[in-house]
Amino acid sequence: MKIAAASKKSLVLSLTLLVLMGLSTHLTQVSAQVDTFQFDTDEQQERFRRLSNELRCPMCQNTNLTGSTGGVAEDLRREIHRMIMEGMTDQGIEQFMFDRYGDFIFYRPRLRAETVLLWFGPLIFLIIGGFVAYRIFRRARALGEKTITLDESEQERLRALLGNKQ
Amino acid sequence: MGLAILLWRGLYLDPKELPSVLIDKPMPAFALTTVDGESATNADLPDQIFLLNIWGSYCLPCLIEHPTLMRLSEVGEIPVVGVNYSDRQDLALDWLDDNGNPFAFSILDESGRFGIDLGVYGAPETYLVDADGVIRFRHVSVLDETVWAQEFVPAIAELKAEPGRLE
Repeated sequence: MKIAAASKKSLVLSLTLLVLMGLSTHLTQVSAQVDTFQFDTDEQQERFRRLSNELRCPMCQNTNLTGSTGGVAEDLRREIHRMIMEGMTDQGIEQFMFDRYGDFIFYRPRLRAETVLLWFGPLIFLIIGGFVAYRIFRRARALGEKTITLDESEQERLRALLGNKQ
Repeated sequence: MGLAILLWRGLYLDPKELPSVLIDKPMPAFALTTVDGESATNADLPDQIFLLNIWGSYCLPCLIEHPTLMRLSEVGEIPVVGVNYSDRQDLALDWLDDNGNPFAFSILDESGRFGIDLGVYGAPETYLVDADGVIRFRHVSVLDETVWAQEFVPAIAELKAEPGRLE
């Protein structure tokens, strides 16, 4: 009986430890990814960090290359590292990615015919919204400013409606 | 109104179905080896319509589509060329031994560099390449009998119906 209780306790303990271990390895993985590559200069390292933050991991829908552990993301990070070390410019590296993965790879898509709506859609909606709001205000003001004159019978009805309180 | 239609359509688009940039572009150049260690370049590709299947020994969904690829190669319906993507040669060979080899040959891409040139998202993925070595269609994820019948058969028929095609 006692033994059973003790083993139960140790089971709970080891499960807790397992969960904690899992959590901590997960956290270190995410933060350690940038540091697995060697660079000559801090500037190269900084460029690597910026590029892998701005490029989306193709297979994981909504994670950048820094934050994902997927196979392709790893390969792409290695490619970015290689291209930086070979002295390629940021534009060159972005073009390399675009040629293979298209607009999807960029969190900030390029301005092209296909992406015009994406870039200027919000502005267009703001203009439409502003125009609608302007019309509504103008109509409301026109109504407010209008002086309404009632003839005798209308005055009579109004008084009746208000219950002769005036 | 147009916007409503646009947004409504958006509800039914699968965000995982990403268009390949390489559609209608020639297959990227490669000079690698096969998993058997023989040299493999673009010149070794079949000069007819073929499938290019991205696989790896680590890839569980690849086992799901494997019977379909085996059937296609056994009945000789279409040649299947493999790309062993981001894998290890010994593991790839073991996998082919264990499960059977549907591929005319498999390009060994241990570094994943060729996969990146193809713009792959991960195994499994299957490209339809025409007789001129131009990529015409891509399917991401498992190619089972349903996908074969509903997507590949019509796509292949369309390719074959193109005028001026020597089949």
